[in-house]
Amino acid sequence: MTRVITRYIQGGVAVAAAMVLLATPVWAQSDISGEWMTPRAFMGVGALAQQFEDGPDRADGPDVGDYTGLPINDFARKKAEAWTASVLSQPERQGNPHPAQYSIRGGGGPNIRISKVIDPVTQAWVAYQLDGLYNGANRTIWLDGRQHPSEYAEHLWSGFSTGKWDGNVLEVRTTHMKLGVIRRNGVPSSPYGVMTERFVRHGDYLTVITIIDDPIYLEEPFVRDVTFRINPQQNVGPTTSVDPSDELGDKPLGWVPHDPPGTHHPDFAKKFHLPFEATQGGKETQYPEYMKKLAGLIAAERTKK
Amino acid sequence: MAALALGAGLIGAATLGAQDAIETLPVKGQVSMVAGAGGNVTVLDGPQGVLLVDAGRQGMSDALLAGVRRITTRPIHFLLNTTGDMDHVGGNLEVGKAGRPAPGSNQAASPNTPIYAHENVLNRMSLGKGGDPMLEIGYWPTVTFFTAKRTLYFNNEPIELIWQKAAHTDGDLLIFFRLSDVVSAGDVLNTTSFPVIDLTHGGSIQGEIDALNRIIDITVPRLNQMDGTRVIPGHGRICNEADVVEYRDMVTIIRDRVKTLADQGKSLEDVVAARPAYEYEPLYGTDKAWTTRQFVEAVYRSLKPAERTSRQ
Repeated sequence: MTRVITRYIQGGVAVAAAMVLLATPVWAQSDISGEWMTPRAFMGVGALAQQFEDGPDRADGPDVGDYTGLPINDFARKKAEAWTASVLSQPERQGNPHPAQYSIRGGGGPNIRISKVIDPVTQAWVAYQLDGLYNGANRTIWLDGRQHPSEYAEHLWSGFSTGKWDGNVLEVRTTHMKLGVIRRNGVPSSPYGVMTERFVRHGDYLTVITIIDDPIYLEEPFVRDVTFRINPQQNVGPTTSVDPSDELGDKPLGWVPHDPPGTHHPDFAKKFHLPFEATQGGKETQYPEYMKKLAGLIAAERTKK
Repeated sequence: MAALALGAGLIGAATLGAQDAIETLPVKGQVSMVAGAGGNVTVLDGPQGVLLVDAGRQGMSDALLAGVRRITTRPIHFLLNTTGDMDHVGGNLEVGKAGRPAPGSNQAASPNTPIYAHENVLNRMSLGKGGDPMLEIGYWPTVTFFTAKRTLYFNNEPIELIWQKAAHTDGDLLIFFRLSDVVSAGDVLNTTSFPVIDLTHGGSIQGEIDALNRIIDITVPRLNQMDGTRVIPGHGRICNEADVVEYRDMVTIIRDRVKTLADQGKSLEDVVAARPAYEYEPLYGTDKAWTTRQFVEAVYRSLKPAERTSRQ
């Protein structure tokens, strides 16, 4: 009898072990679907929320001339210097969404909903859908192994994303993004960039790490992250359609506002008592070691005064 | 015999290579695009047959037609030219022979597909205008016009041929497929380079900007600058209005900068040295056939006709 029981136990252990082995890929994944809210939302819209790194991007927008911590090259800096917010008055730009390079970070919320997309016939899990992104540039992350489109295919505000699991982390690769921004004060991102994201879930929290590799406008890959908290009471609403209005007055069709070459935007540096050079970005400004150089720049400015 | 077989193999490999370079992409409605045969080729396919916009480069016709056949087996009844550039009309002869006029059309007596273009394209090909060699008659447009617009109705599709009188050249057409909601823009729009302002063939910077604004006037996004009217550029990727706006803004900004410098009396060399296209150089200035310098020089000469005349 004892031998029979032992055999059952052994058999049970073997079955359990087999189940564990078979189930490993599923167990290794951590489903990221749900309603997610930003720190700004769950800490309350106020002074405390503004302490988060993404505060300026979420609400009023970052200051003009604030390129701190962005590994931009000189081409990008000059494009940002020529940018003026008046360009958003063009009827054909009033409804612009944020491009994928910026939409997880950018304003207009974004509290997001991530849903599983299931093939209605086979019930296979083929994608995640991200809704709630600014002005409706919602994203699909394909999980079914499909290829990225041809170089001649249209580039979208949402880009084209494919994902694969790396343990319990969803790694997403996005191409085919439009010429857009990485910060909505005119700092550009080219349509030739590739964005890699890592969606990491820790219980009720979801961290999205974004790495943008842009051969046109960045000196080296740009890394940033944002953390969301689950909010089952939330239901992100539908996208609002922007109906462009006439904001141009007597400006002719095709009016394109821009600042002339040589323009600098020192107001941000003045506002935060920073040396102008420290606000101009570049790869070294995103590393902690830059603090030493910054201290030197500040000391030099004080001496000059 | 062995040499013949080897030769045949090489020809086969060459043809296969050209065909490998060809890509076909659905655009919207009844419209598709064939890329890789020179300039982009637009394909309208419907129950009445096929209409092509542009014919690619000379020597690429077999590959182009194979690409078209991947989309449809219907007969080719119309060929439209957006410009007289050889990367768009080099295939006119062979593509023209590959089709035939639509049954009942007033071109029915011709054995080949009728070729529509602006009159200035015919003048360029038949008279060698702008220093071009005269092309043999099989390349010439067979139906031309000199008014602002001509229309066709084919496959239940109203089609507008809209002349842009001095943009990339003096013979540019925008082809607007009203049912499918697609504009074929020819070389007025290139996502891979600065626009080619071909002064020797009647192009001008102001005409180029006017043409881009005309496209923006036609296009309607579905929602918040997404989707909506699609625009097929002369070279590069499929666009919608938002892409054309970025391109128009770029061209306008550079024009404004060059004009400011020219109005200050700066010479061409001064203007080139000031790099008025600086932040756009890595995006559009890598095409060796149309460099940043050539573009800036064309803008300058277009704005300063006296300078242009004295140096040409």
